[in-house]
Amino acid sequence: MTTSIERSVGTQVYQVYIKATPQAIWDAITTPEWSERYGYHARSVYDLRPGGAYKGYSNEGMLAMGAPEVAVDGEVVEVDPPRKLVQTWRMAMDPDLSAEGFSRLTYEIAQGEGGVSKLTVIHEVEGMPGLAAMLSGGMEHTGAGGGWNWVLSDLKSLLETGASMPYQGG
Amino acid sequence: MTDDDRVFKALSDPTRRFLLDRLFARDGSTLGALEAEVQMTRFGVMKHLRVLEDAGLVVTRRSGREKLHFLNPVPIRLIHDRWINKYAERHVSALVELKHELEETA
Repeated sequence: MTTSIERSVGTQVYQVYIKATPQAIWDAITTPEWSERYGYHARSVYDLRPGGAYKGYSNEGMLAMGAPEVAVDGEVVEVDPPRKLVQTWRMAMDPDLSAEGFSRLTYEIAQGEGGVSKLTVIHEVEGMPGLAAMLSGGMEHTGAGGGWNWVLSDLKSLLETGASMPYQGG
Repeated sequence: MTDDDRVFKALSDPTRRFLLDRLFARDGSTLGALEAEVQMTRFGVMKHLRVLEDAGLVVTRRSGREKLHFLNPVPIRLIHDRWINKYAERHVSALVELKHELEETA
């Protein structure tokens, strides 16, 4: 059955149209105030310059389950606000995923027509099967969140309606 | 047509669903690689990919001289959050809760 075949392990591309300005989307991704309002409801802190640090902090639920303070870490590679952000990205909270190393993550934001912007996320996870499964939502049933689909759907909802989905897991 | 209409229309064809399953298992394929897996002309496959692209279910990226096709599952997630959550999951969870309650009091 084709339905049981596992997700391929390589570059993953996600795209979503959001009725918001590129600047609003940029801020939602790069500021701690916005990043804790959708998806994993966790603070992202960027030092927005090439070589600058990126830290994705654990939310309260994750901390309660014994996660380290910094759940995801990485380094900024390229910054072109509000159009493009390239960074490295490593899942630091789980030893197996952490051992897969630093992946490369690119955000591209393009202004469209009628106040709609296009956000494209390109996550390069060649040779990182655990990360590939997690990012594509394959671990949602374990309470690990639904990956990029889920985060981007929630981001769209937040920017367009002001409301996001509750997240109970860790 | 709304965005949802385009997604439902794109998903209504078995060849297009096959192409999505194919990209799920082997993402970032060229037209040639996809063409080799369906009994159809190159033009036919291109037409189907066009419908999938219009619906946002397939996104293409250039890599050197190659044009690669990637599965974009976000539109399906949006439909899930809009339709499945609303009509299916609440009922399912209500039944699960009822089951637990009945079993605890039994």
